[in-house]
Amino acid sequence: MENGKIQEIQEEIVSEFSMFDNWMDKYNYLIELGRDLPAIDPKFKTNEHLINGCQSKVWLRADLEDGEIRFTADSDAIITRGLVALLVRVFSGQTPAGIKDAGIDFIDRIGLRENLSPTRSNGLLSMIKKMKLYAIAYDARQQI
Amino acid sequence: MVPQFNPEKIRKDFPVLNQKVYGNPMVYFDNGATTQKPRAVIDAMSRFYEEKNSSIHRGVHYLSDQATQAYEEARNTVRDFIGAAHSHEIVFTAGATASVNAVAFSFSEKYIKEGDEIVVTEMEHHANLVPWQMVCERKKARLRVLPFNDRGELLIDLLEGLLSEKTRMVAVTHVSNALGTINSVKRIIGLAHRHGIPVLVDGAQAIQHGEVDVSGLDCDFYVFSGHKVYGPTGIGVLYGKEKWLEDMPPYQTGGDMVDQVSLEKSSFNSLPFKFEAGTTNYVGAIGLEAALKYISASGLKAIAEYENGLLKYATDKMLSVEGLRIYGTAPEKISILSFLIDGIHPYDAGMILDKLGIAVRTGTHCAQPVMQHFGIEGTLRASLAMYNTNDEIDRFVGGLDTVIQMLR
Repeated sequence: MENGKIQEIQEEIVSEFSMFDNWMDKYNYLIELGRDLPAIDPKFKTNEHLINGCQSKVWLRADLEDGEIRFTADSDAIITRGLVALLVRVFSGQTPAGIKDAGIDFIDRIGLRENLSPTRSNGLLSMIKKMKLYAIAYDARQQI
Repeated sequence: MVPQFNPEKIRKDFPVLNQKVYGNPMVYFDNGATTQKPRAVIDAMSRFYEEKNSSIHRGVHYLSDQATQAYEEARNTVRDFIGAAHSHEIVFTAGATASVNAVAFSFSEKYIKEGDEIVVTEMEHHANLVPWQMVCERKKARLRVLPFNDRGELLIDLLEGLLSEKTRMVAVTHVSNALGTINSVKRIIGLAHRHGIPVLVDGAQAIQHGEVDVSGLDCDFYVFSGHKVYGPTGIGVLYGKEKWLEDMPPYQTGGDMVDQVSLEKSSFNSLPFKFEAGTTNYVGAIGLEAALKYISASGLKAIAEYENGLLKYATDKMLSVEGLRIYGTAPEKISILSFLIDGIHPYDAGMILDKLGIAVRTGTHCAQPVMQHFGIEGTLRASLAMYNTNDEIDRFVGGLDTVIQMLR
């Protein structure tokens, strides 16, 4: 069920990006999304929440509310921030089980795969991994 | 009459430069990380594999003899290129990092004990910093650091105060990879030698940009990588004065580097083989030789002059970009431009430049203390080489305008 919802949001994003036929419009949209993402509360910009890419930093928080995970995230680079906003949109408000099992393919499909290349080292790959780890941890806790 | 340096002709020798990236002609400004390879290097290595490949220093047969001769000729070429007194002072390694690690280990085994001191500078690449930190940890020695000013010039006047009877080594970079500063290593070596202290010079960013003469410098060790001087990866050079190399123990042991081996004890081969354990990267050495010959044909003076022109042109153009600050403004510089644009994260700028086909580096450039000096997290770095042109600089500066339009 939840998985379906995550898939739906991914389809939505893919269709939004299909309107752009060049990289510049795509990146401009990403920058816009980055600007619109609410900044994480400065008090949470701590090492505990930091995902250190060599090139840009990402901060990520996860809280469980009514069986759903609320992600809040931020980055010091605006393009990374735009991608962070998309990942938050896909995963936030979903159940731990749904996040845990979800496949993430939209970044590839909207033609921004280069942003996930390990050599970019911008913290995004680690962010996805961290979101999944939060989901696994909250899922395990719910089953106790 | 010296022939005019001709970048357009040079460009044609580098196959990789002739390509489009995301539909744009590629502008490769990441030469500080690695340089591209001329056809001469690629061909020399292919030809060696096709005609001479055989394990060196081992065989009785014809091919092994051919391969060994080629390898030792490559060593002679390196000797002549850097003005060393002897071929056996040239040790082939995997690169500058491997060379520094070799000296840090072997030298410290013999000469460094608890309470001794090693002097490095604030602008070292991690490769000439971390190995010495490890030595200090292992031997309970102390690291002293020579600082630089905000233009990126070493405060050499302070060096005297850092040297004492406890100092065993001064390790300094010839050219800063993050700032581009050409350091007065000759002056540093003179000061250190007055106290009888040896000096290791990291030439990774110097060797491709100007003439290096280790005898004139009188340095005790000089290290560089093949891949930053238009040669292949995985090959590098450790130059060491005979007196040190003779005295230092090997850092790796195995085949070819031994003289007599019984199950109880071994004695070691003579220089330079004592430091070349195992089957070396002899094809890399052949490629490096081709690279050194290739740039010698243009002349290092002509290359330095041309690149200095690029540096001046790029600096002027970049300073006309609003809110752009260059880090590293020493009068003596190579064509490296580290910079930030107000309010723009280097990673964002780098990603957009990439989409325009322009390759620069972003981040700390493996020199985090340099970033800490300026209180910044990183910079963008455009590092130019002899095949770059003013036209490419124009496109790069145009790219910066696009970056600003998109991100401000």
